[in-house]
Amino acid sequence: MTQLAAYSTSTGEAVQFWVLGTVAVIGALCTVFMKRAVHSALCLAGTMIILAVFYLANGAYFLGIVQIVVYTGAIMMLFLFVVMLVGVTAADSLKETIKGQRWLALLCGLGFGILLIAGIGNASLTQFDGLAQANAGGNVEGLAQLLFTKYVFAFELTGALLITASVGAMVLTHRERTERAKTQRELAEQRVREGKHLPPLPAPGVYARHNAVDIAGLLPDGTPSELTVNRTLRERGQIRDVSAEALKDLKALEQRSEARLERTRSGEASK
Amino acid sequence: MENLIALLVAAPLLGAAVLLCGGRRLDAVGHWIGTVLAAASFVIGALLFADMLGKDAEAREIGQHLFSWIPVGDFQADIAFQLDQLSMTFVLLITGVGTLIHVYSIGYMEHDERRRRFFGYLNLFLAAMLLLVLADNYLLLYVGWEGVGLASYLLIGFWQHKPSAATAAKKAFLVNRVGDMGLSIAIMLMFTTFGTFAFGPVLGRVGETGEGTLTAIALMLLLAACGKSAQVPLQSWLGDAMEGPTPVSALIHAATMVTAGVYLIVRSADIFNAAPNAQLVVTVVGAVTLLFGAIVGCAKDDIKKALAGSTMSQIGYMVLAAGLGPIGYVFAIMHLVTHGFFKAGLFLGAGSVMHGMNDEVDMRKYGGLRKYMPVTFVTFGLGYLAIIGFPGLSGFFSKDKIIEAAFAKGGAEGWIVGGAALLGAALTAYYMTRVMLMTFFGEERWRHRATASPDQPDVEPAAEHQGAHAEPHPHESPKSMTIPMIVLAFGSVFAGAFFGIGDRFVHWLEPVTGHEHGHPPVSALTVTLSTVVVLLLGAGLAYLHYGRRPVPVVAPRGSLLTRAARRDLLQDDFNHVVLVRGGEHLTRSLVYVDHTLVDGVVNGTAASVGGLSGRLRRLQNGYARSYAVSMFGGAAVLIAATLLMRAV
Amino acid sequence: MNPVNYLYLAALLFTIGASGVLIRRNAIVVFMCVELMLNACNLALVAFSRMHGNLDGQIIAFFTMVVAAAEVVVGLAIIVSLFRSRHSASVDDASLMKL
Repeated sequence: MTQLAAYSTSTGEAVQFWVLGTVAVIGALCTVFMKRAVHSALCLAGTMIILAVFYLANGAYFLGIVQIVVYTGAIMMLFLFVVMLVGVTAADSLKETIKGQRWLALLCGLGFGILLIAGIGNASLTQFDGLAQANAGGNVEGLAQLLFTKYVFAFELTGALLITASVGAMVLTHRERTERAKTQRELAEQRVREGKHLPPLPAPGVYARHNAVDIAGLLPDGTPSELTVNRTLRERGQIRDVSAEALKDLKALEQRSEARLERTRSGEASK
Repeated sequence: MENLIALLVAAPLLGAAVLLCGGRRLDAVGHWIGTVLAAASFVIGALLFADMLGKDAEAREIGQHLFSWIPVGDFQADIAFQLDQLSMTFVLLITGVGTLIHVYSIGYMEHDERRRRFFGYLNLFLAAMLLLVLADNYLLLYVGWEGVGLASYLLIGFWQHKPSAATAAKKAFLVNRVGDMGLSIAIMLMFTTFGTFAFGPVLGRVGETGEGTLTAIALMLLLAACGKSAQVPLQSWLGDAMEGPTPVSALIHAATMVTAGVYLIVRSADIFNAAPNAQLVVTVVGAVTLLFGAIVGCAKDDIKKALAGSTMSQIGYMVLAAGLGPIGYVFAIMHLVTHGFFKAGLFLGAGSVMHGMNDEVDMRKYGGLRKYMPVTFVTFGLGYLAIIGFPGLSGFFSKDKIIEAAFAKGGAEGWIVGGAALLGAALTAYYMTRVMLMTFFGEERWRHRATASPDQPDVEPAAEHQGAHAEPHPHESPKSMTIPMIVLAFGSVFAGAFFGIGDRFVHWLEPVTGHEHGHPPVSALTVTLSTVVVLLLGAGLAYLHYGRRPVPVVAPRGSLLTRAARRDLLQDDFNHVVLVRGGEHLTRSLVYVDHTLVDGVVNGTAASVGGLSGRLRRLQNGYARSYAVSMFGGAAVLIAATLLMRAV
Repeated sequence: MNPVNYLYLAALLFTIGASGVLIRRNAIVVFMCVELMLNACNLALVAFSRMHGNLDGQIIAFFTMVVAAAEVVVGLAIIVSLFRSRHSASVDDASLMKL
C-alpha cells in the first residue's frame, strides 16, 4: 500500500486513474443529466466510490474508508430517503423555464472550467514529496495526532456544528400539533354531518386487475376516480391511469365471450 | 427728565393693553381710561417740552436707553429713545391732536357697543406712532412703523361687518406692505453699508459712502414714505380708508400715519442731502401727488373722500418741501403741524355733520346746514380758511413758505415745481370752497330727497341701514364733540402766525434739520401776492359753479376729467390692469413653466429612474438559480483577475 | 503518470457539479450536485496532501466531510419542509416575486 503513495506513480495507478477517472466523469455527467432523482443519486454514489478509491490511491486510507462508509453509505442513503418522500417516480422535465439560463450556465461553466484548468496548468507544481514519511506511523495515527493537537479547536467546533445541524433538522421537519387529533369516532361523526362519503372511501385498483395503490379505481362508465387513490400520491401526481387499457381489455373480453357464445349458439343450432 | 420719554410711549400702550385684554367689565369706563392715558401722554410731552425750552438750542436733544434688544455680534439692536426738537414737535402734535380726537370719539362712538375696543385701538395707534417718532434707530422706528400699519388696519376695518370696510382695511394694509418692504430694504442696506442703524452713526457717516448707495437707500426710504403717506404711486388706500369711523380718518390724516412718511424723510435729511437725484424724485412725487389729490378732491361728492383728496394733496406739499432740501425741511414740518390742526378740525367737523345727518356722506344731499349746526359751521369754516391759505390763518404761513421755497429751488425745476404748487393752491381753494358751499350754504337739499342716484358708488351703505327715506333732522353735536373742534379751530387760526412770525419755528427746528434761507427768483412779496390771487381765483370759480347755481342732487355726468377724477383718476383701474392682471399673467406663465419645465424635469427624472428600476428589477427575479449564475460568473471573473494579476 | 492529473479531474468534476446546480430545478438533484462539488474539492485536497507530503490536506478534507454531513442534514430537512408546504421540490417554485 505504501508503494502506491510513493514518489512516482506506478503504471498500475496510471491505468487505474484513466479507467476510473473516465467512469467518474461519466457518473458526474449522469448525475446532472438523469431525469429521475433516484438515478442521479445512484450515479453520484458510483462517482463517490470511485473517489474513495482515488483517496486510497493517494495514501488517504482513513478518508477513503470514511468516504465509502459515511458518505456513500450514510449520506447518500439520506438522499434516497428524501427522494422516496418526494416521490421516486417523479421525473423532472429538463425543459428550461428561465430565459437564457441554460446558455449562461454553459458559458459560465465552460469559462470557469477553462480558467481552472489553465490555472492548474499554469501553476508550477513540481514539488512531489509523497506521503511515505507522513504515513510512517500509520495514516489514522497521523491524522489523529494532527486532529487532537493542531486542529482540536476546529474539531470541537465541528461537534457543535453537528449538534446544531441535527437540532435544526428536527426543528425544520417537526410539525407542532395545535389541536388534539380527532378520534375515529369524531371523524365518523363528522363524515355523517357533512353528508358525503358515508361509507369508507373506495379501494384502488378495482376493475384494473392490478393490485397497486397508484392505480385509480374505475367508475362504471370507465373513467378513473381519484377518490380511490391515496392523498399523498394524488398530490404528487403519481396516479397511473389505466382506464383506456381497462376499456380495451373489456372490449376484448366481450368480443371473446361473444365469439364463444356464438359458437355455442351455432352448436345448438346444428343440434 | 430723560426717564419720562419711555412713559410717553408706555401710557397709551398700557391703555391699549388694558382695554384690549380687560374684557367687557371695562365697557363702562373704557373710553375714559383711553382718553386719560392719551392725555397723560400729552402732559408728559408738555413737561418734557417745558424742560427742553429751558435748555440751549444745541443741548436740547436727550435720549433714553431702555435695554439691549437683540445683541448678536455686530448686530446691536437697542430699545432706545431720542427726543430732539423734531421728535418733540411730533410728540406734541400726536398726543395733543390725538387726545382731542379721543375726547371727540367719546361722543361720536357713544352708541357703538364696541367703543372700548375702539379706544384700545386708538391708544395702540398713538403708542405705535410715538414709538415711531421717538426711536433712536431705524429698526425701532420700523417697529413703530409696523405698529401704525397694524393699528390703521384695525381701525379702518373697525366696522368689519361692512364688506367695504373690511376690503378697505385689507387694501390699506397691503399697499402699506409695499412701502414697508422699501423701509426694510433701506434698513438692510444701511446695516450692510454702515454696520449699524442707529440715527447718530448712520447719519453722521453719510459722507463716507458713495452716492449710488445713498441714492438707493434714499429711494427705498421714499418708497416707504409713499406707502405710509399715500403718495403716488402708493396713494390708492387713502380714499378707501374713509370706510373707518370719522375720528379714525381725522387721526390718520392729521396727527398720525400719513405724517410718518414726512417724518422719515426729514429725519433722514442727511441721506437725502447727499443724494440729489433721490431728492429730485421726492420733489416730483410730492408735486404729482399734490395735483393728483387736488384733482380728485374737486370731483368727489362724498365729503370725507373730498377731504381725503385734500389730505393727499397737502401731504404732497410737505413731501415736495422735504424734497427741496434744507430750504424746505422746516416748512414741511411746519405745514405738517398746521395741517394737523386744520385737517383734524375739518374731519371732526365732517364727522359732526354726518352725525347730524344720519351718517349721510353725499354733499349733494346737504346744503344750508349753517343754521342748524352753528358751532360746526364756524369751526369748519375756520379750518376751511386755514387750509386754503387765507392770509393771517395757519395755512397761509406754512403753505406760502413752501411755495416760496419751491420757487427758490432755482432754474427750470424751481419754476415747474413752484408753478405746480401755485396751481395746487388754486385747486385747494376751489375744492374746499366747493365743500363749504355744498355743505353749509344753498338750499336745503336734504328736505326733498330724491332716490339714491345710481351712478354714485360712494354712497355709504350704512345710510341704507338707517332708512334711506327718513328725512334727517340736522342738529348740533354734543359738547364732547364740539369742544375738540373749537380747540382745533383755535389752532387752525393762530398756530401759523405763532410759528411763522419772527421765524420762531425755523429757529426751533434748525438745530435738527438745518436750514438755508431760499432766495426765490422773484421777491417773496410777489409770491405771496400771487398765492393770494390764485386762491381768490379758485374760490371765485367755485362760487360761480356752486354758489350762484343750484347744486343738482344727482351728480351730472361731467367732463372726462371729472369722471376720471371721481374714479380717483383711475388709480384702482391702473392697479388692476397693471398689477392684478400682470400678476395673474405672471402667475399663469409661471404655472405653465412649472407644469411643463419643472414638472417635466421632475417627472422625467422620476420616470427614467422608474424605467431603469423596472429593467434592473428583472435581475431580481427570485429564482435562486439566476442568482447562482451571477455568483458563478463572479467567481469565474475573480479567477480570471487573479490569473491575470499573476501573469502580469 | 503525473499526480497533477488528479487536480485536473477535480476541476472537471467541480465544473460539472456547478453547471448541474445552475441547470437542474429539482432541489434534491441540485443538492447532489453541491455534494459533487464538495467531493471534487476533497479530491484536490487529498492530492495536495500527497504532493506536499503532510496530512493537513487530509485533515481539511475530513472537516469538509463533517461539514457536508451537517449541511446535508439541514438541507434535506429544508427540502422536506419545502415540499410539504409547496408540494413540489422545484427550486423555481420557491420564488414568490412578481415579474
